[in-house]
Amino acid sequence: MKNIWAICKKEIKSYFTSPIAYVAIFVFLVLVGFFFHSLILWFNTQSMQMAQNPYYLQQMNINQMVFSPLFHNISIILLLMIPLLTMRLFSEEKKMKTDELLYTSPISINQIILGKYFASLFVLLVMLLLTGILSLLTFAYGNPELKPILIGYLGLFLMGAAFMAVGIFFSSVTENQIVAAVLTFGSLLLFWILNWASSSAGGIWREILNYVSFFQHFDDMTKGILDTTDLVYYISFIFLGLFLTHSVIQSRKWR
Amino acid sequence: MIEVEHLFKKYGDLLAVHDLSFSVEKGQIWGLLGPNAAGKTTTMRILTGYIPATDGKAKVAGYDVFEHPNKVKRITGYLPENVPLYPEMTVQSFLHFVAEIKQIPSTKRKEAVEKAISISSLKSVRGRLIKNISRGFKQRVGIAQALIHDPQVLILDEPTIGLDPAQIIEIRQLIKTLKGDRTIILSTHILAEVTQTCDGVVIINEGKLMASGSLEELTASLQQKYGVFIKLRDGGKGKVEHFENISGVDKVSMKDDGYDIEWTKGEDKRDDLTRYIVERGWGLLEMRPLSLNIEDLYLRVITGGTEQ
Repeated sequence: MKNIWAICKKEIKSYFTSPIAYVAIFVFLVLVGFFFHSLILWFNTQSMQMAQNPYYLQQMNINQMVFSPLFHNISIILLLMIPLLTMRLFSEEKKMKTDELLYTSPISINQIILGKYFASLFVLLVMLLLTGILSLLTFAYGNPELKPILIGYLGLFLMGAAFMAVGIFFSSVTENQIVAAVLTFGSLLLFWILNWASSSAGGIWREILNYVSFFQHFDDMTKGILDTTDLVYYISFIFLGLFLTHSVIQSRKWR
Repeated sequence: MIEVEHLFKKYGDLLAVHDLSFSVEKGQIWGLLGPNAAGKTTTMRILTGYIPATDGKAKVAGYDVFEHPNKVKRITGYLPENVPLYPEMTVQSFLHFVAEIKQIPSTKRKEAVEKAISISSLKSVRGRLIKNISRGFKQRVGIAQALIHDPQVLILDEPTIGLDPAQIIEIRQLIKTLKGDRTIILSTHILAEVTQTCDGVVIINEGKLMASGSLEELTASLQQKYGVFIKLRDGGKGKVEHFENISGVDKVSMKDDGYDIEWTKGEDKRDDLTRYIVERGWGLLEMRPLSLNIEDLYLRVITGGTEQ
């Protein structure tokens, strides 16, 4: 645990002593703020229009009309940004030859991977927590339901964590950061849109494609539905990503 | 302290290390000598547990590096050829990080960092970012990270490469002071480095052991000429016959602006020779043994392949 923490601290410092984390968080917040603003404006005008009709006004739900689409928007931003946050984790060590220091120190490969992974999760957590301010604003001026929002955030965090596990894997494959980012982005996008293919596929394939796709599992959670299948899906995805990373690093020894 | 037995390393079809065996006693500095791509770095990487060998055994302090890698890593300090540094860190925070991953307990970490800084004379740059310090200081930080956990064994891959002459002398001095009861292996292709810092040498070429032993042993085994080189004040010529007349002298030849005077192994004609010259008032300016220097030794081993 101590070793994981040592690596994690070093990575967090490296995120925050270089401009990487600041730029990423800044751009992320600007985009999220823009989407939030647009959604609130739209919700506002809708409310105005519905104000004449008490029945429809009852149907207006800020959770469904603002938060659910907001979470979808955030997930797309994460899809674009996470490859850039994970690309250097291992590839830079390889390129700068600093991996030689890590692998000749009395710490295990697992500890190195987990340390780096937790550091990237920390950046994700900071990004998501900062967007929490926007949600707090809605509580000040309206009365949204808390539980679906929390579940939505959990969904975002789990999905971001799964993205990062993919990112860390591709970072361990190459010493070129751009290659790592492109591979990560490509495969994330593929997993995202797999469910498009499911509509034309039939039978068992439809179910498999739907299950494997990120989208299906995330969609439930943005609506505030917490299902153990979704949790299992994300956790296994993370586990698989980290396991593959471990295999790649281990195999380096036998080449 | 360090034992290597029949070590092999293959990279695909390339045989980088081929049946290499040698051993280094505790408290000695040994040089790993060889041309580029001889397998020096590969051997060191195997000893530090960075890569496994294809076959053979390597032991450090009695521990097999393949069976107990963590035990070996705890007592070994390693300076790779490309010094592993994080440019965005300060010297001090980098050393602190290394102290953490080398398992120095938190209560002793600060002390260890201070000690490493003072041994490697890094006080003046401790707060600076590594990317902003000079090559010489970077090399020192590399040495500091290798010895921060007070290892019994130090493995230094080309510790003086890319430094200016003054820095090279400083680093060599530093390595000598580190000796104490530590065992040090350093690789180099600078021959003078070996004579100045090492107790023994392992010469390898194309992954194969060409020779190993203490410098004296090696020189003695390869030496073929015994005698002296002398230089006289008048630079005088035509004295070859005079010297040949001294009993026991086998061969006299003019060389540069003096004479090489040879005799058979076991005899020593220096007294007779000196007396002869002084009596005749020729003015003896210089007299030195005709020994095999490290360059001769190296070239003879690498090209002639005299195995020991």
